[in-house]
Amino acid sequence: MNESLLVDLLTAGLLYGTPLVLAGLGELLAERGGVMNLGVEAMMLMGAVSAFWFVQSFEGPARLAIFLAILVAALVGMAMATLYAFVVITLRANQVVSGLALLILGGAAGLSSYLAAVGELAGPAGRHRLPTYDVLGLSDAPIVGPVIFGQNVLVYASWILVALAAFYLYRTQTGLHLQAVGEDPRSADAMGINVSRYRYGHTIIGGAFAGVAGSYYTLAIQPTWIDGITAGAGWIAIALVITAFWRPGLLLAGAYLFGIVTSLGFTLQARGVDLAPEIFRSLPYVLTILAVVIVSRGGGRGRFKAPAALGEPYSREEA
Amino acid sequence: MRWLPEIHFERRLKPPRWLGPATPPIAVIVALAIGALVLWASGRDPVDIYQRMVRAAFTNPGAFSNTLVSATPILLTGLAAAITFRMKVWNIGADGQLMIGGVLAAAAGTFFAGQSLPVVMALMLLAGIVGGALWAAIAAVLRAYLNTNEVLTTLMLNYIAPLILFYLVFSSTSYWRDLSSQHAKVFPLAKTLAEEHFWPEYGTTVVVPFGFILGAVLAVVLLFLVRSTRFGFQMRVSADSPAAGRYAGIRTGRLLVVVMLLSGAVAGIAGASQIGDFSHRLEPRNLQFAVYGYTGIAVAALVRYHPVGVVISAVLVGALSNAGFNLQGLDLPLGLIGVNQGIILLLVAASEVSTRYRLVIGRRGRDETRAPPDGESGSTAVVDGIGNERPSRGADS
Repeated sequence: MNESLLVDLLTAGLLYGTPLVLAGLGELLAERGGVMNLGVEAMMLMGAVSAFWFVQSFEGPARLAIFLAILVAALVGMAMATLYAFVVITLRANQVVSGLALLILGGAAGLSSYLAAVGELAGPAGRHRLPTYDVLGLSDAPIVGPVIFGQNVLVYASWILVALAAFYLYRTQTGLHLQAVGEDPRSADAMGINVSRYRYGHTIIGGAFAGVAGSYYTLAIQPTWIDGITAGAGWIAIALVITAFWRPGLLLAGAYLFGIVTSLGFTLQARGVDLAPEIFRSLPYVLTILAVVIVSRGGGRGRFKAPAALGEPYSREEA
Repeated sequence: MRWLPEIHFERRLKPPRWLGPATPPIAVIVALAIGALVLWASGRDPVDIYQRMVRAAFTNPGAFSNTLVSATPILLTGLAAAITFRMKVWNIGADGQLMIGGVLAAAAGTFFAGQSLPVVMALMLLAGIVGGALWAAIAAVLRAYLNTNEVLTTLMLNYIAPLILFYLVFSSTSYWRDLSSQHAKVFPLAKTLAEEHFWPEYGTTVVVPFGFILGAVLAVVLLFLVRSTRFGFQMRVSADSPAAGRYAGIRTGRLLVVVMLLSGAVAGIAGASQIGDFSHRLEPRNLQFAVYGYTGIAVAALVRYHPVGVVISAVLVGALSNAGFNLQGLDLPLGLIGVNQGIILLLVAASEVSTRYRLVIGRRGRDETRAPPDGESGSTAVVDGIGNERPSRGADS
C-alpha cells in the first residue's frame, strides 16, 4: 500500500467516522442509563437540517455562523430526545416502537424533509463549512500530518469527548451512578439515586451529540442538502455501541473502521478501480451485520454484556 | 425536575372498555391537530390545506380509487409488521423484503411471458413470497440461532436491498434490465410486464386493485391464524411470556423463524403487487423513496397489530399519503405526511400506558400504596442490546 493511499483512507475514515463517534457516544451514554433510543438517525437528520438552515440564512462572520449552527443542531437534537424521553421514561412506552416513531417523525420523509422544503434548502451549496486547522504547523508532516494535525474542530472535539466520557463513566461518582441506573435501577433507587433524572439527563445529552453529529454532514462532509443525507449512519452508530461493548474507546476505533469502509468506494474509484458503486456502498451495512453477529455470538458475556436494564422502563410501584 | 407538574401513575386493575377502540381515532385527531400546528407555524393555512386533502383523498372524482392504490402496499406491509410486532419480534425490514420480493416477481412476470394471466399472477405471487421470505430469513436465522438483534439486521438489510435493485437495473446488464432498444441502453430501465399480464382491477366508480383485495383476504386469514390455531396460540404465549412458552415446550427459536418468514412473505407479496398492480416494472428509485415498510409499522401500531384493523388503518393512512402526493409542492411539503405518521405512532406507543395505569397529575405520590399483585407483572419481557429476550429480573435465568 503506497503512502498516499494510506493517507487518503485514514483521512476519509476520520471524515466519515467522526459523526459515528459523536452519535455513538450519545447513544452510549443513554444506553448506559438503560434507555435505548432507536431514533438516532432522525435526531441526526434534524441536526443536519437545522445547522444547514442556520448557515444558509445567518449573516455574520463564518466562524460564528458555524459555531452557532453546531449549537442549534445540538439544541434541536436535545428537543427531539426530550420528547422521546418523556414518552419512554415518564409514560413508559415501548422503546422500540417509540424509537421508530421518532424515526418516522423526524426522518428522511418526515420533519427534516419538511423543514428543508420550507426553508428551500435543496440545491445551493453551503455558504460555510467547517475549517480545518494546522495544529502546531505539523499538517504537512508525512502521513500523521494531515491525519492528526490537519483536522477540523469537531474531530478534535470528538477525541476529547471520548476521553471525557471514559473518565466520566469509570472515574466519577455520577458516571458510576449512571451505570448503576442502567444495570439495576431498583437498587440505584434504593441508594437514593433519582433514576428518572439520570435517564432524562443522559437521553437528552445523547440527543445533543446526535444533533451535532448530523450537523457534521451539512457542515463538513457534504455541505448541501438532500433528504436523508445521513444515509443510515444513525443506525450504524447504534450498532457500533453494541459492537464496542458500550465502551467509549472501542467505539472510537470501530467508528473509524466504519468510516474507512464507507469511503472505500470513493477512494478506490478515484484510483481507477472499476467496480459497481453499489458493491462499495453496501459494504458498511454488510460489515455492520457481520460485526453485530460476531458480537452477539462471541461476546455478550460477563463484563462485556449489555446494561442489564437496557430497554426496560422503571417504575417504583411495580415489582 | 421541580418545574414540571408531578406526573405519576396508579395501577389499573382493569382498563375501561372504551379505551381500546377509542385510542386510534384520538391518536389520529391529535396527530392532525399537531400537523395543523406545524403548517400554521410555517406560514400556511391548515384549514384550507386539510380541506383540499380531504377532497384529494376522498371526494374528488377518482380520488378514493387513488387512495386505495396508496393503501395497497401499506396494507400488506402493515400486515407484515402486525404479525411480528404482536409477537414482540421487531421485523422492521419490510422495505427490503418488499424490494427483494419485487425483484423475483418482476423476473417471474417477464420470464413466463407466454403463459395466461392467472398462471403468471400465481407465479409472480409465489416469486414475491419466496423473495420476501428469503430476505427475512437472514435476520430470522441470525436472531433465532445466534441471538443477533433483529432490529439492526433487518434495518441494514433495508439499506442493502435497494442497492441490489440499483445494481440490477442501472449498473449491470442483468436479466432485469431492458436492453431491447437503443434508448433503453442509454437510459437504463427495467423490463416491462406484457400488457395482458397487468393484474386486474375491479369496479367502475371506485376501482379496487387486485392487491388490495388480496390484502383484505390475507388479513382475515391471519386473524384466524392468530386466534384459532395452535400456531397462533403458541405465538401469543411466547409473546406474553417467553419463559412460560419454553416451559410449555414451545420451540421458541423455530416459532420465531416461522413468524419472521411469514412476515417477510407478506411483505414480498407487497413487492409482487407493486409490479403486477401498479408499476409493471422494477422501479428502484420509487421503491426506495416510498418507505412502505416504515409506514406499515405505523399502520399496524395504530390498530395495535389487529390484522383486520390494519385494513381500515391502511385506507386511512393511504388517504393521507395520497392527499400528500396530490398536493405535493411548496404549499404542502411531502415531509408533513411523515410528521403526521410519526406523531400517530408516538401517540399510540405512549397511550399503551393508559391501559395499565391511571394518569394522576399534580397530586403527591403515595409511595406506600402498592398495587395489588397480579400475574401480569412477573412476565414482562425485555430485549437487551444484543437481542436476547429474557424475563425481567427475578423470574428465572
